[in-house]
Amino acid sequence: MIYNYYPGCTLSTKAKELDEAARKCAEALGFPLVELPEWQCCGAVYPMASDAIAERLSAVRALAAARENGGVLVTLCSACHHVIKRVNYDMANNKDIQQRVNNYLGLEVPYTGETKVLHYLEVLRDVVGFDNLKAKVVKPLQGRQIGAYYGCLLLRPGQVMSFDDVERPEILENFIKAIGATPVIYDMRNECCAGYMAVTDKSICKQMVGEIQDSAANAGAGEFITACPLCAYNLLENAGATKLPVSYFTEVLAEALGLNEGGAD
Amino acid sequence: MVITEKEKAEMLSQLAATNVSHCIQCGRCSANCPVAWKMDVLPHRMVYALLNGEADTLLEANSPWKCLSCFACAQRCPKGVSPAAIMEAVRLTAIRSQGGNKLNPNELENYNDKLPQQALVAAFRKYNK
Repeated sequence: MIYNYYPGCTLSTKAKELDEAARKCAEALGFPLVELPEWQCCGAVYPMASDAIAERLSAVRALAAARENGGVLVTLCSACHHVIKRVNYDMANNKDIQQRVNNYLGLEVPYTGETKVLHYLEVLRDVVGFDNLKAKVVKPLQGRQIGAYYGCLLLRPGQVMSFDDVERPEILENFIKAIGATPVIYDMRNECCAGYMAVTDKSICKQMVGEIQDSAANAGAGEFITACPLCAYNLLENAGATKLPVSYFTEVLAEALGLNEGGAD
Repeated sequence: MVITEKEKAEMLSQLAATNVSHCIQCGRCSANCPVAWKMDVLPHRMVYALLNGEADTLLEANSPWKCLSCFACAQRCPKGVSPAAIMEAVRLTAIRSQGGNKLNPNELENYNDKLPQQALVAAFRKYNK
């Protein structure tokens, strides 16, 4: 299988650690990532209005390119995954959007949602398997109490994302177990970090991040892992008195696989 | 051309494309909204206003500009209504009109240099056309 890879804007710049660790680990685990030769920013937010056609084009271009190269597209950033997966769903299920996007793109073969979009964590769970992953861990992160921070975009809307149980997810907790650490369940793990309010109203970020940090710390977590650069930013830059360290899940994966010298953030 | 409030409400309904007539006003959306404390019209009242054709209430509310598009409201609605889609419809109606942009790029000159691109792209998508 060819694992076409869509890094997205932030992973090429401010979140290079997320990207670099992911590529290294994928190589070591037998699913090398093949970056799409051309890609554009996904737009970061899903265009909810069905008449928003231009806003869907970059996702469809990436999806169509992956279709021509085996039909699988791997994403990593929660926002890219959210946008690309939902646009793919529209292209498969909404005839009006499908027709208008195809009219615009004029592809040789119209795109109708054929590509399978997989988040990197889904590859770990469904292709590699957490048991196999566990067997490849050379440096189990014993004693580490890790709070998985899902945020909102990976999970919702559950019917379209079909990533995990939308209110009681366990994929990140099972990942944490596989790399030898202890997952800590806390109330706020699938609540929003306040996202783009980091640009327009930081008081919202501070309030919400404070609740997330306290919730995790009170449950006994010593650190967070996340898949989203904006979540990572908000959790650190808009924290109050409680400020647990934050790593990307691929960084702790690389650590457990013995692929880097550094520790968690 | 004068657009009546009723016509504005019809346009908003079309853009939102969510079935507000299913709403039972239970308020679960507002209870689950992490930013309801910043809103002048709570999510369930936004639904109610659209159901009643009160377009001006919707277009004057600050709520859509505080909404995070985290989809907690839509996910947890027992009747499958999406207040998030109404917020988006109001935002689009505002920013699609000439001079309707909400975010002045010049005010962002001193943002934190760790701020990921993703945040800027998202904010400009939500607040400007």
